[in-house]
Amino acid sequence: MSPTRTRADAPPLVVPPLGPVPRPKRLTAAERTLPSGLTVLAVRRRSVPMVELRLRIPFQGSAASHPARAELLADSLLSGTEHRDRTDIAATVQGLGGSLSTSVDADRLLIAGSALAARLPEMLGLLSEVLTGATYPGAEVARDRSRLIERLTMARSQAGTVAHEALATRLFGRHPYALDMPQPDAVASTTAAQVRRLHAARVLPRGATLILVGDIAPQRTLDRAEAALASWAGTANASAAPALPDIESGPLVLVDRPGSVQSAVRIGGPAVGRTHADAPPLSLANLVFGGYFSSRWVENIREDKGYTYSPRSAVEHHVLGSVFTAAADVATEVTAPALLETQYELGRIASLPVSDVEVDAVRQYAIGTLALSVATQSGLASTLSSLAGSGLGLDYLATQPGRLAAVTTDEVSAAAAAYLAPARLVTVIVGDAGQVSGPLAALGSLTTAAPAA
Amino acid sequence: MIRARPTARTVTAMPSARLPELTHELVHHTLDNGLRVVIAPDRSVPVVAVAVLYDVGIRSEPEGRTGFAHLFEHLMFQGSATLGKMEHPKYVQSSGGVFNGSTHFDYTDYFEALPANALERGLFLEADRMASPRLTEENLANQIAVVKEEIRVNVMNRPYGGFPWLELPGVMFDTYPNAHNGYGSFVDLEHATIDDAAGFFRRYYAPANAVLGVGGDLDADQAIALVEAQFARVGRRTRPARPDFAEPWPTEERRATTDDRHAPMPAVAVGYRVPDPADLGLDFLATVLLAELLSEGDSARLQQRLVQRDGLVTDISVYIGEFGDPFDERDPSVLTLTAHYPVRESLPAILSAIDDELERIVTDGLRPGELDRVRTRYVASMFRDLDSVLNRTLTFAKFELLFGSAEIALELPDRLGAVTAEDVREAAAALTPHTRTVLELIPGSAE
Repeated sequence: MSPTRTRADAPPLVVPPLGPVPRPKRLTAAERTLPSGLTVLAVRRRSVPMVELRLRIPFQGSAASHPARAELLADSLLSGTEHRDRTDIAATVQGLGGSLSTSVDADRLLIAGSALAARLPEMLGLLSEVLTGATYPGAEVARDRSRLIERLTMARSQAGTVAHEALATRLFGRHPYALDMPQPDAVASTTAAQVRRLHAARVLPRGATLILVGDIAPQRTLDRAEAALASWAGTANASAAPALPDIESGPLVLVDRPGSVQSAVRIGGPAVGRTHADAPPLSLANLVFGGYFSSRWVENIREDKGYTYSPRSAVEHHVLGSVFTAAADVATEVTAPALLETQYELGRIASLPVSDVEVDAVRQYAIGTLALSVATQSGLASTLSSLAGSGLGLDYLATQPGRLAAVTTDEVSAAAAAYLAPARLVTVIVGDAGQVSGPLAALGSLTTAAPAA
Repeated sequence: MIRARPTARTVTAMPSARLPELTHELVHHTLDNGLRVVIAPDRSVPVVAVAVLYDVGIRSEPEGRTGFAHLFEHLMFQGSATLGKMEHPKYVQSSGGVFNGSTHFDYTDYFEALPANALERGLFLEADRMASPRLTEENLANQIAVVKEEIRVNVMNRPYGGFPWLELPGVMFDTYPNAHNGYGSFVDLEHATIDDAAGFFRRYYAPANAVLGVGGDLDADQAIALVEAQFARVGRRTRPARPDFAEPWPTEERRATTDDRHAPMPAVAVGYRVPDPADLGLDFLATVLLAELLSEGDSARLQQRLVQRDGLVTDISVYIGEFGDPFDERDPSVLTLTAHYPVRESLPAILSAIDDELERIVTDGLRPGELDRVRTRYVASMFRDLDSVLNRTLTFAKFELLFGSAEIALELPDRLGAVTAEDVREAAAALTPHTRTVLELIPGSAE
């Protein structure tokens, strides 16, 4: 039924065809590895009079104390130097039209910022001052410690955070990849002196990558960065985390969150890194399954069944390994049916060939959205910083469309069979166990984990 | 491309106040059916954006139909004159593009970012649903279910979900358009009918009630020809009169509480009325900079006082507009301050510290250089936002719709440049305890 219609005499409309594929514009860039071991990549993109900065420092750790110290270091890095207090640092950044923030995960410490392009030299000077002379004043660290504990409490009240941690534990066991969000008691016992020692041992240039993208002259920017960061030196003790454990199949893990009106369904399994031959077909298989709106899974459990708002699957790349993940938050009363449909779609894509039409659609989507993601200064900088974690750079960006174009439909079907098969995947669900455990038990065995904090 | 051109400023003495200027080619066109078009060519990346903004939002949805503007936004993706369900997303995404829509207090937008070779297709997709969305009982029932899941994931199952934008208006305002819950009640959503949707579409989705933004890697004349070819078929309908949503300025403090069973810590939202954004007066622009000065970055007044010195709150933020964009709605609009804090009993101390800091600005004025650096960062963040072809296209269309001229987006740095420290002092003086609204979130036990 369509209560509004076009005029009966109007000719049938056709969807306009696509024009010739636009060619990506060439990027002017320069890269240099400094004597300190820091790699600097400067890319010119003059769209706005700004510059984006990403400094990625390897930051894996295997000690149990590492996550709390790393998190507190990230929170307090900008709290003082010999010459400036926290307020002075922030006011300086603001005056440069800029922003500067820090974040840490199991792989890296990231300092991300932006500034008016004309003020980049001052921004680099400030960056150098912080890298070589952060003082971590005791009173500042103490306050950041209290706030960090409060923020962790707030984060863990989110079903999504609980589900993320539960899936990481299911996938990685006691590996640091499952523990990168610290526990409050570990934070409470972390001292400023420990944070200062971690900075001295690990906030170092060897193996780090500085990305600068914006309205800049690349070669001159490299010279400036080299001069500004000349005093940042030293080599970190090798402190890599151990290899990832093998993922063992097993029953669904149910985490009780009483009163939840939805269940957070999270599924994961091993995948392959960006440079593996299976990576391009796997990225397309992921899209066909649930990696974009027009996928089978979204069409099924959202647009047909109305079980959920935003189901999405992805291939996530980390330094030590890659994982396929699928996430959906579904109404409590349809938790089991939603899982059933999810297992059906995973089983279907792993067992039956995908179609040429599906592969052509996701291929264009993958190529087009790659271009969109690097069409801004900040998008390009963030993408390059992320690629640096895999040892990749501009060349990968330029050649990836060609790799995607070469993937055959059979290769996509084979990748789906290899990586999306439900038998290879593990499932965790965070929800109201009293309501969902009975219906879920009908679909297979399950174990109940400790309730969400 | 937005080009940098250093300009001398007369209003400030500091050399650091020299800011690049925003310039961008903008071409205007109006179709016979009344559709206003803003074309923003920029050849720097091979990307285009298409955005349609309709002059209807949360404030215009009928009584008994809370959440309808947003539910209707979902229905616009369910098929159109020529296309069946799922075809709109598939045509966008298989062209290499992305799409979305969003419902605001005074407008609703629909947009795509696409490779430049898909411009005509993007225009077709928007014209096809402007001509006639495919409104069916089945799609309506499905999208009511999807919207309920959206509300569950974003509000009911999430600590601090929808806080404070869903509940603060109900305390601050007295009339239905301004006060009601914009996501809607489940009862109202479930009562929505196809007739409601058809009536809402006929009334508010007329081409004369919309602005089309087209930006990116295109030629303006060719783009206008493509727009004419696609949109001229949409029949002209009367542009609905826009109601006056004005409410009197508050004369006394209002207080309310709300429970949140998943929240582990208390939170507070403090709302203050702000001058009519549409006037773009110095009083409003000074309030925009005041919000920055109060909370943006570790050097901001309230960060220093409440987070760093007194240790009263975990975080604090100040923003204008229900969704954090001061230029996103018409009068009445709100400056909102939100904070999370560990101890419920601290609320009086938190409020008095806020009053104290505002009073300090009123009494002592601004510090040397403070206004310049706040303004510099604010303008730079505007450049940064406008780097994206999609954001730029949406912004120009939004200024055309809400402020009557896309060019105003480009004039903002200059207009903000005219704000003086005295203007900011007066803006702070307007944020008085006896005109504010305080909404306290009481954390529940998740047991």
